[in-house]
Amino acid sequence: MAVTAPQVRRLTSVETKLYLREPAVVFFAVGLPIALMLILGGTIPGFRDPDPALGGLRPIDTHLPGMMIILSVLTCAFSLLPTVLVTYRERGILKRMSTTPVSPVTVLGVQLVLNVAMSLFTTVLMLVLANLVYDVPFPQAPLAFTGILLLGMVSSLAIGLLLAALAPTSRIVQGLGMAVFFPSLFFAGVWVPHDLMPDVLRTIAEFTPSGAFGAALVDVLATGSAQWPHVALMAGWGVVATVAAVRFFRWS
Amino acid sequence: MAIITVQNLRKQYGDKIAVRDVSFSVEEGEIYGIVGRNGAGKTTTVECVAGLRKPDGGTIRVEADLKQQVGVQLQESAMPDKLRVGEALDLYASFYANPASVTELLDEVGLDPKAGFAKLSGGQRQRLSIALALVGNPRIAILDELTTGLDPQARRETWDLISRIRERGVTVLLVSHFMEEVERLCDRVAVIAGGTVLAVDTPAGLIARTGGVQRVTFRTTVPVESLNSLPEVHSVTVEAGHVTVTGDQNVLRAIVMALPDSAISYLKTETSTMDDAFLALTGE
Repeated sequence: MAVTAPQVRRLTSVETKLYLREPAVVFFAVGLPIALMLILGGTIPGFRDPDPALGGLRPIDTHLPGMMIILSVLTCAFSLLPTVLVTYRERGILKRMSTTPVSPVTVLGVQLVLNVAMSLFTTVLMLVLANLVYDVPFPQAPLAFTGILLLGMVSSLAIGLLLAALAPTSRIVQGLGMAVFFPSLFFAGVWVPHDLMPDVLRTIAEFTPSGAFGAALVDVLATGSAQWPHVALMAGWGVVATVAAVRFFRWS
Repeated sequence: MAIITVQNLRKQYGDKIAVRDVSFSVEEGEIYGIVGRNGAGKTTTVECVAGLRKPDGGTIRVEADLKQQVGVQLQESAMPDKLRVGEALDLYASFYANPASVTELLDEVGLDPKAGFAKLSGGQRQRLSIALALVGNPRIAILDELTTGLDPQARRETWDLISRIRERGVTVLLVSHFMEEVERLCDRVAVIAGGTVLAVDTPAGLIARTGGVQRVTFRTTVPVESLNSLPEVHSVTVEAGHVTVTGDQNVLRAIVMALPDSAISYLKTETSTMDDAFLALTGE
């Protein structure tokens, strides 16, 4: 089954409209991370003080945007994407599509691209607002930053895809998604930065997909580069999750 | 020429046999019915034909491209709640190489393109589902239980729609457990029970197999034992003051001639239907 331009165009347009018609989606994936960035940046003491450990940068320049970007990415990966896919399967939408010439690759691909686009949009908007309001500098190494961001998104979405493959119903996938979401936020360093974690916990955290993502993203914002082990870990998790998701995914 | 040929189809789920041995062939341009009770193997059979399930045995030949030229309306398939009718049709039209006109289809099924899926009635959902099965300009449409759960009005509208599909030259494979629907729409019918085909015939042919029975019910004040000796009569039963006589097509005239006029009140005659034919065939 070939992937044709009209299929991709229509599916992208329809799925975008469906996402935008759910106010909760726009709120949790776009509004909340940006609002938290602005509110926490203005209220938490010390976030706007230069830190010698960050080479004179402030937490609001590195840790805070990094973590809020991760919040948006993980919301898409562990909540939106798997819930949409499992609901589609549950309601027979995927089975029905499988009787038409549209390829499953197109259906899944459009969902992945839309979620990446939504997180990218959130990131860009957040960086622009942070720059205007708190004078946060734009990433010093834009290419490396974009590379880390995309790799983190793809590996997270692959895990979301695996959740969708494993969960039999939309209720279960929502529960499963939350069970992965909150520990992932913790390991990423959203509540306790990696620097403040005990050594053992920090080592464990940095081996998890979101932990590696968080560490690499903060590094690239603070220093303009990331460490290869983090990059390799994200890629490794992404490949494993993708292979497993493809192996277990069912259309009906 | 047969457009669908199914030979000795077998399909089981675990150790439960859904389809034991089903063979039939569908000619181009006809409406072909697959009837049977719930669990008889109807849906499994057509899902194998549609390529949704892999048969465990037998062969299926479909003289059309399964994806491009076979439109499928599945039992229990919904759309996203916030998707609008027009968007759903545009989307499905984009999947096919040579789609039908969405505007014409909308007109034909009588739906508002702006209506959201969640707000559609059962009948409207079925009409949308049929439109989606037709939007690719198929040569074959497979329709599974399309009027189950509809009110009589919506059911009739759906039947009219199916009749119009035939006029487009589309071959229809129709799954149903609703005999009136089959009698009204189908050119030929395969009766399935226990995963095998019991009979294939026209609806009229199936009814004729039960002997073209007429059933006459009336109330009377006189004894009716004498009716038993009439050649036109098959059986006489009396229950709660009502007499029910079955017999051939001349049975009504025979009864009226045999009994005094004034002795008969409340008279009702019924011709045997697909229901009777189905019950007779499946041994009920």
